[in-house]
Amino acid sequence: MQPHSADFPARAADALTDPELRRALTKFKTGFPVNRARAVANLPEFEALRDAAKAVKDHTLSHLDHYLEAFEARVRDSGGHVHWARDAAEARSIILRLATERDARLIAKGKSMVSEEIGLNAALEAAGIKAVETDLGEYILQIRGEVPSHIVAPALHLSKEQVAADFRRTHTHLPPDRPLDQPTDLLAEARGELRDVFLNADIGITGANFLVAETGSTIIVTNEGNGDLTQTLPRCHIVLTGIEKVVPTLADATLMLRLLARSATGQEITAYTTFSTGPRRADDADGPREFHVVLLDNGRSALLGTEMQEVLRCIRCGACMNHCPVYHAVGGHAYGWVYPGPIGAALDPALIGVKEARHLPNASTFCGKCESVCPVKIPLPKIMHRWREVEFEKRLSPPSVRQGLWAWGLFAKRPRLYRLITSIAMRVMGLMGKEGSFKSLPLAGGWTDTRDFPAPQGRTFQSMYKDRRHG
Amino acid sequence: MPPANPPKVGLLVTCLVDLFRPSVGFAAVTLLERAGCQVTVPSQSCCGQPAWNNGDRATTEALARTMIQAFEGCDYVVAPSGSCSGMLHKHYPELFRDDPAWAARATALADRTWELTRFLTDIMGLDTAIPGFAGTVTYHDSCSGLREMGVKDQPRRLLASLPGVELTEMPGADVCCGFGGTFCVKYPDISTHMVTEKVEAIVATGADTLLAGDLGCLMNMAGRLSRLGHDIDVRHVAEVLAGDPDTAPIGRAEG
Ligand code: SF4
Repeated sequence: MQPHSADFPARAADALTDPELRRALTKFKTGFPVNRARAVANLPEFEALRDAAKAVKDHTLSHLDHYLEAFEARVRDSGGHVHWARDAAEARSIILRLATERDARLIAKGKSMVSEEIGLNAALEAAGIKAVETDLGEYILQIRGEVPSHIVAPALHLSKEQVAADFRRTHTHLPPDRPLDQPTDLLAEARGELRDVFLNADIGITGANFLVAETGSTIIVTNEGNGDLTQTLPRCHIVLTGIEKVVPTLADATLMLRLLARSATGQEITAYTTFSTGPRRADDADGPREFHVVLLDNGRSALLGTEMQEVLRCIRCGACMNHCPVYHAVGGHAYGWVYPGPIGAALDPALIGVKEARHLPNASTFCGKCESVCPVKIPLPKIMHRWREVEFEKRLSPPSVRQGLWAWGLFAKRPRLYRLITSIAMRVMGLMGKEGSFKSLPLAGGWTDTRDFPAPQGRTFQSMYKDRRHG
Repeated sequence: MPPANPPKVGLLVTCLVDLFRPSVGFAAVTLLERAGCQVTVPSQSCCGQPAWNNGDRATTEALARTMIQAFEGCDYVVAPSGSCSGMLHKHYPELFRDDPAWAARATALADRTWELTRFLTDIMGLDTAIPGFAGTVTYHDSCSGLREMGVKDQPRRLLASLPGVELTEMPGADVCCGFGGTFCVKYPDISTHMVTEKVEAIVATGADTLLAGDLGCLMNMAGRLSRLGHDIDVRHVAEVLAGDPDTAPIGRAEG
């Protein structure tokens, strides 16, 4: 996917005036957070689980090579193949090669953010291979030519009326007067359309929520069951996933699953949780004949051993965006790339570069809500802050910011000069602001276009306090 | 247990209080003295947050060194602000993590740094504020105070001790008001959206006064309330707790 994160301010402004999006976000804002709060309240050991999950992830990340190699060996033992992709281009070409070698015409896809990350659908299409998304939300986005706006609920920005219109527009072989008012109507229709895809696909591609080093298993969770069908019906299953998804043992994976569902949607466990290990064995009733795992790095390993390593603990639950007031205001598309919200602000600069993504870590008030709900306790504001430092070090911050800081720093570093200048300035401003506040101020349009600016009381505390003590 | 001898408390005035609303600083002095502290106001400029928030580490370090030196002789550092106390408490030690000598000094300071209402109640054991102010109030939890400094029930406890004050909670009292330091001018559209939602929640309580513990958030909310023509007074919680009924509300003319 092409990043558009450099346009964040313009995209955010559009989002703030889009009435359909406003309606969707208003509903969303209360949905998931309320469900999560209830699920957490019902599980007294939730906090202890968070600490345990953080510890598992930290341990795994500091021995990532070991666990990935163990995973690869177990996959091989069970008859599967592991492919290593350094970047998006490598991952695409591995999958294209696998597809062409198998003469694939149709690919069924389970939901995979990594596949969005590497722009897989466009690459397949260019090679003449049709790929169909089987997650309902992703399917809707695909027929609209759009990208996800949330990592768990990709089409949350759309209303069911918009979806019904899209189905009428694209499913022209169905009777035009069929009812499409209820979400269940939409679901049934998509299910009918997708049935053919499951049965006829040559390859199934899914992401993975977790990889288990102990057994070489991959785990996916869905609420629609589409993931199961995508990976069991076609004769070849390709798992495309990031290297940070590995955990040491099955027990570790179940710990993560308990946190994932509760943090994401407030469920105790998702409707379908599928562990798969290698291709179909001789006496298996179903399953693919071939099993491949493509492990993508794409900038992740560069974070290992740095202060930003903690971002790799992410289990993609989406809780941070569900609770983020900035995400609530602008929605996911404003962020301009695959991973939106607080995790996007912390992760995207590593994947698409600080220059492209510089707005994302800046567009945060550091309110800290994201960190307080993250199941693996990623200090998201701290990582965003670190990216702001990198931006400043690389001189990518706007000149106005750099010059402003320089000028302010000049006298802020000299307390006596600072006191003198500020006491004069505040007297002047206090006299000018006799009305109590300013309706406009030079150079402060960002504030006064929409807010009055309270006038100072007139003297500084430090000068008054000194007088009071000496007076 | 309150400390036995009058502890020496260095007041971190905060730039916004110093420049825009000295009455908050004097309210803090009144409250600290009433709680039995000996208050000093070391020579200071700013804790460095604007530089820190914009990734300018060198300037932040220079300012932080000045602040650490200025407050080193105090038993406690107390600020009428969650975000400035949070800067010292949480970010100064991070700032010097590659410089052991300064890191030790920063950590020693961080351990002694408190937000005003929490210090008054949890450390000094103050449980009654100073009567004088009366009205229906609603309280906004500023993010840094809440999540970095553990401030939640302390200001409410003190407010509850005031006979003339009635607290009406707003829904989402702990949702960010959209100030965020330089965020509010770098992303004014988003900030305005956030503060507008906050204003709706405030107005819906029917309270006649909005309180919070951070002047940045207060100026943001006051500015939007008055631009939208709402007649709600905005004050720092310390002024109410210090029984100050006379100072004009934020953004209003005196008298
Ligand atoms: S950063 Fe934390 S809250 Fe956000 S998606 Fe990742 S695990 Fe979930």
